Amino acid sequence: MKRALGSSAAMYVVLSLGALAFLFPFYYMVIGSLQTTVDPSPSGAFPDPGNLTLDNYGAINARIDLLQGLANSGIFTGGVILGTVVFGVLAGYALAVLHWRGRSATFSLVLLVQVIPFQLLMIPLYVMIARDYGLADSYAGMILPFFINSTAVIIFRQYFLQLPKELFDAARIDGAGELRLLWNVALPLVRPALLTVVLLTFIGPWNEFLWPFLITKEASMQPLAVSLANFLSNIAASTANPFGATLAGAVVLAAPAVALFLVFQRYFTSNDLGSGVKG
Amino acid sequence: MLRRILGSHPLGLVFAAPYLIFIGVVFAYPIVFAVWMSFHDYFFAAPGAVVDRPFVGFDNYVTVLSDPDVWRSFGNVGIFLVINVPLTVALSMLLATALDRVARAKTFFRVAYYVPYVTASVAVVAVWLFLFSGNGLVNNILGPLAPDPSWLINSALAMPTIALFVTWKGLGFYILLYLAALQNVPRELYESVSMDGGGRIRQFFSVTVPSVRPATLLVVLLATITGANLFTEPYLLTGGGGPNGASTSPVLLIYQRGIEQGNPDIAAAIGVILIIFVLIIAALQRRLVGGEDR
Repeated sequence: MKRALGSSAAMYVVLSLGALAFLFPFYYMVIGSLQTTVDPSPSGAFPDPGNLTLDNYGAINARIDLLQGLANSGIFTGGVILGTVVFGVLAGYALAVLHWRGRSATFSLVLLVQVIPFQLLMIPLYVMIARDYGLADSYAGMILPFFINSTAVIIFRQYFLQLPKELFDAARIDGAGELRLLWNVALPLVRPALLTVVLLTFIGPWNEFLWPFLITKEASMQPLAVSLANFLSNIAASTANPFGATLAGAVVLAAPAVALFLVFQRYFTSNDLGSGVKG
Repeated sequence: MLRRILGSHPLGLVFAAPYLIFIGVVFAYPIVFAVWMSFHDYFFAAPGAVVDRPFVGFDNYVTVLSDPDVWRSFGNVGIFLVINVPLTVALSMLLATALDRVARAKTFFRVAYYVPYVTASVAVVAVWLFLFSGNGLVNNILGPLAPDPSWLINSALAMPTIALFVTWKGLGFYILLYLAALQNVPRELYESVSMDGGGRIRQFFSVTVPSVRPATLLVVLLATITGANLFTEPYLLTGGGGPNGASTSPVLLIYQRGIEQGNPDIAAAIGVILIIFVLIIAALQRRLVGGEDR
């Protein structure tokens, strides 16, 4: 009994040390974004009320249009979520409920696509989308490579598979078409899957850097991650307090994803993710 | 008759069609295109312009393989993997096991671990950049122990620092995978070890580690793919692959050669070599880690 208590205390020590290492950079991000002058000494990690200001947010907003950046990130992310949910549901339903020729081949394809690193496709995709189709500096060009997410197809399939077959048979006998079945019977039963997929899909495009960085050259079209990165590598040095301004931008970029995650974290479960990557 | 050919629900094909078209346009065609490009003298031209792009055989591959920067970038991924993979496996297994056992504040710990994973790399890179800069907090705490030159501009430490960053950033996701795997470990196994007088540490090594082997294989594979995809971190943390290319990754090189220097054919050849490299590493790891066939 005593040993059990001791080892569970050890577990808490390990977990707490871990949590500190995970959360400290975020704490430092917020503190740093509020400091008038940089204080990189250990005492700078504890806020001095006299040294706190919101000026850094103004400073970064003067260099990159934060609202426009947020709007671009939002449109990019929204487009990806829309495509992923609509076509992911259709494909997941077809793979789980319907019997058609090519079903198992299609599912193998879904699994295969999972392991192909997207970055390896960036040169041909860049040539196609930016050069041949002329979609550089457009939302369509940003969204296209992420429009349907294979992980989402797998998650939807998994959820639809769990629904009892009798449910579908009964509705079919009553003369319901497949689209109606999907919309009225199946979808309402897999609502948690919808939330999980939206949450998982949100993280991707909201945080994506490389692709929009490649195809957006116009500042007014860049998602916030791209304009912040450009600020970081090109113009930060010319700001009065580059440390504070950059961190203020980082807070604005991080906040929506973290907030969404905190609110819906219980839908972000190990089982969904596990099935998502394991197939 | 038609049903026999198409199955009992031919509508399934219609439902899956958008996905299949997407795969064709965004995965299949670009892969074929990349391979084609790597065997031709391909350069950027105005849209619609008719230009000759002659077949050049293995010329692009010869150029790539005789480029010391390419070798260096693959070596850098090697350094990355040697640090990132064991650290990711060990830490995420340990933290997931601890998380699985405790009863209190579970949600708090879970959330704490996932926060870096859900946050944009660009945002957290900004913090790390300042934490690990010459006069940053880390060096201030280390005092005389701080490396000189500092972390990200030190050619021996730049890549390890990036590997540490990526490990930290992605750990939450892998903890999640291990948590899922731990739920399938029969509790009786732990009990039988503790009947034999084995403590928590014995239990961990003789029950947990072998039981989650399939998850370990997956984690190792995904971490490898992450390594092969490395771009944002070296680009931003070390200013474009900085000190003397010590942190240049193959994808960063693809970007520099293909987009910045206008040689998409060379870039495509690097991409093809990188795919082959990933496949070889994945096959080796499968043998090494073992694990049941899934």
